[in-house]
This record gives sequence, C-alpha cells and structure tokens, in this order.
Amino acid sequence: MNSKTQNKIAIGALYGIAGFVVLILLALLGYILVSGMPQLSWHFLTAPAKAFLKGGGVGVQLFNSFYLLFLAMLISFPIALGAAIYLYEYAKDNWLTTTIRTAIEILSSLPSVVVGLFGFLFFVVKLRLGFSILSGAFALTFFNLPLLTRSIEDSLRTISETQREGGLALGLSRWETVTKVILPAAVPSILTGVILSAGRVFGEAAALIYTAGQSAPALNFMDWNPFNISSPLNPMRPAETLAVHIWKINSEGIMPDAKAISSGSSAVLVLAILIFNFAARYLGKRLYKRLTSA
Amino acid sequence: MSEEILTTQDLHLYYGDKEALKGINLDFTEKGITALIGPSGCGKSTYLRTLNRMNDLIPNVTITGTIKFKDQDLYSPNADTVQIRKEIGMVFQQPNPFPFSIYDNVIYGLRIAGEKDKEKLDAVVEKSLRQAAVWDEVKDHLHESALALSGGQQQRVCIARVLAVSPEIILLDEPTSALDPVSSSQIEATLLNLRHDYTIIIVTHNLQQASRIADRTAFFMNGELVEVDQTKNIFMNPAKKQTEDYISGRFG
Repeated sequence: MNSKTQNKIAIGALYGIAGFVVLILLALLGYILVSGMPQLSWHFLTAPAKAFLKGGGVGVQLFNSFYLLFLAMLISFPIALGAAIYLYEYAKDNWLTTTIRTAIEILSSLPSVVVGLFGFLFFVVKLRLGFSILSGAFALTFFNLPLLTRSIEDSLRTISETQREGGLALGLSRWETVTKVILPAAVPSILTGVILSAGRVFGEAAALIYTAGQSAPALNFMDWNPFNISSPLNPMRPAETLAVHIWKINSEGIMPDAKAISSGSSAVLVLAILIFNFAARYLGKRLYKRLTSA
Repeated sequence: MSEEILTTQDLHLYYGDKEALKGINLDFTEKGITALIGPSGCGKSTYLRTLNRMNDLIPNVTITGTIKFKDQDLYSPNADTVQIRKEIGMVFQQPNPFPFSIYDNVIYGLRIAGEKDKEKLDAVVEKSLRQAAVWDEVKDHLHESALALSGGQQQRVCIARVLAVSPEIILLDEPTSALDPVSSSQIEATLLNLRHDYTIIIVTHNLQQASRIADRTAFFMNGELVEVDQTKNIFMNPAKKQTEDYISGRFG
C-alpha cells in the first residue's frame, strides 16, 4: 500500500470519526429541541412552577439559574484570576506550586455530588447558611474554581514570552506588565474559558441539590430589596435552578404535565447556554478591540 | 575621551552549574554604537541581557561581578530594576509590539508612568517615530493595530517605543535577524541616526552590519571577551588570532 492510499484511508477514518461525533451531538440537540420547543411560550418562561396542577412554568427557576451563575462567577472569577496570575506569572516552579497544581487537578475531577455534599455539611449546616443561593454559590465556586484557574492559566500561557520581555524592558513593573499588557491580550481567551465554565455551572445539578435546595418559593419581581425574603435578589432564600428542576420533576414530579415541563426546561437550558455563548463571544471580540487598539 | 557610562568588572554568569560568562571586563563610553559579535553560544546575548537585568527572568541564573551604570551598582540588593530598565531600554530579536495601536505602543511606557497630557503624548509619539525613521510610513494610521505592520516597521515601532521613555542606553539583541535585507538596512540607518544621542549596544550575527554601523566592536568567544577595539581595527587589524580567524570566516 503506498503512502497516498494510506493518506486517503486516514482522512476517511478521521472524517468518519468527526462525522460520528457531530451526528451524536446533532441527534441529542435535535431530540431536546424537537421535544422541548413546542412547550416554550412566554407563559412557560415566566410563570412560577405548580406542584400538582398542569400549566406551571419555570420563570423562577430560570431566574435562579442566572442569579446563581452570576453570584458563583462573581466569587470564583476574581479568585481564579488571582490564582492563575500567581501560578503562571509569579510563582517559581517548586514543590509548593507543584502541590497547588496537583490539588487543583484533583479538585477539578471531584464528582460534583461530592462537592454538593461537602457544601451541604459545611455551608448549609456548619456555617448555618441554610438551603440558600449563597450556599449554592459557594458550592459552585468550589466546583468551578479548579477549571477556571486552569483555563485562565492556559490563556496566560498563550501570550508570548516576548510580550512580557517587551513590557519589562520598557521599565514596567511585573504587575504593570501583567495588568496592562498580558491581560488585555489574553481577554478573548480568558473569556472563552469563562464561558465554558459558565456553561458547566449553568447546567450543574448535583452540587446544588443539597446546597441551593429544591424549592423555589414564589418571587415578587417588583421587590428588589435584597433583604426581603420574597425579593429575587435575596441571597439567603432557597433557590431551585433549572437543572435541579429537571432532575426533580423526572424523579418525583407529580404534576400531570411533568414530561412536557421537563422537555421544555431542557430546551430552555440548552438555548440559554447557546445564546449565552454567542453573546459572550461577540462581547469578547468587542472588548478585545477596545482594549487592544483604539 | 567621553565619560564611561557603563562598566562591567569580572562578570561571571552561570546557568545552573554551567559557566556562560567567564569574567567579562568591558566598559562603554557615552554615545555611539558598540557591536558585540561572536559565534552562536559565545555569550554575547547573555552578556547583553545582564546589562538591564533581563536575565533575572530566567530561573537558576547566578551572576557575580559588578556592573555599574553611572556609579550605580545594577546588582546591588536595593537596585530598582524597573528604574534601571527605563534608563537602559531593550529591543529584541523578534519584533514584539503589544497588540495595541501604533500610537498606544509608543506611549505605553509614558502613559503607565502617569503622563496624561495629550499634547505632550502626541509630541512624544511623533518625535519617537521620527527618530526611529518610521513616522512617514505610519503617520496616517497611528490608531491602527501595530500588528498589521510589516516586520521591519514593527521593529522600528519597537525602537520608537523604547525611545519614548528616553533611556540613556539602548540594548539591541540581533534586531535585524528576523527581517529582510531592506528592512535591515532601514534599521541600520535608524541606528546611525541615533548614535549621536544614545549609547547603543547591539548584538549581531552579521559581521557586515557590525562593520557598517559600529564605532567599536567587541568579539566574544566561549563566554570570554577576546578583544574589543575600534571597529576598523577589529576588522582590518585584529590583535588576536581568534578574532582574525572569526572575521575571515575560518570558523563560526
């Protein structure tokens, strides 16, 4: 067999594998969307859920998902950014940083249900935060930190060493080089990492069941005082998210239209992540343009 | 004879256990161009990078000896590397403009140092780009990305970026080895313009380049400084056999 035929066979095989992956993805996505889209309506997206009757919506769950995502990112992003900058830009390669990296790696492969149970014992019970958005956000932070740190560190790694030399040789301090040269250049790549981890966080259920809870008390969307219990912004209220909702109605849902709501919720979840992705990518490009060239 | 601005005494540098510089004694007087030549791995780039402490970035480097910049010991424990690098700027082999506009690239050092006066910044941009002989080519698109320029233009913008923080000494580490001949000769012309106002130290692989632009030339080999003299003497009448062999292309 000559190398030309070999090449053709290899290309064919690779096409086959890639096609197979795309096929699985499309089938899954298609199934979710086809069975879920018909359920979608303004009512479904905004109405509160009903426990026994049909016709409930996922408004509260949807809001909870976004709010939890926002809080979790608010907590984990600065920490991950700081950790990544320290690890890549400052830390020397020694046993300490090796230990930190190994710890991050182990933490990132921790099953999310373990993170959830830890969150339950520590935040919910020990720190008496109860089933609350805050407990959920902390649990998600634990879940999210390792991946986010790794991805930001990888983003920093993609910026050429010559840029660092250029900054330092210009009489910038290391900190100025990092914040004024490296970070602006790394923004699109960092943002991609944030989006990917946001998708994971948005769809996470197991870590939230025991921390943010499985109940979604009705919210008063006119009340934006975070200290009121019915306010959407109150971080101390229990908050079932969309992903947890899907899990719950599939395991113990007793409303007559449980199947339809579950399909609809799945479609909303997938669509939200898709929209989120595109929006963030667009934003990343705009941001990069603004940061890098006037 | 003008004043000595930079002196190195008995400079040793080790990468781990490997001795890369074996006791260099070399002084630089104010203004003019000094070229550092020698075969690959002879330590000339390493030496250059000790002069503004860029070797600090490499782990496992040990440096002994003294480098004095105007009576200030560059390696004393309380030396301010940030300040040192403002006064001793550096241009690298690979053009490394920041991913910003040409304008922002040039004023970056100043802006971070806190300069806000728009008129002053504008003036510095024009002056630096003119000095680097790239003004005419970029003046109409100062606010476009520097990454869109050709390699030679990028390198001259990098030179302008260094000039903008008004250093006294400019170190250049093979600044033309990644460029085509036309761009290289433009950089050489730029350097010849700058030699009256700055002390320039350039590492080059290109012997013709050294002979064309340098006032003085230092020949390095195996981590040692073999010979330093007026460029004319080095090329026409070297004192050492090794220099002669290298210049005449018998090795390296």
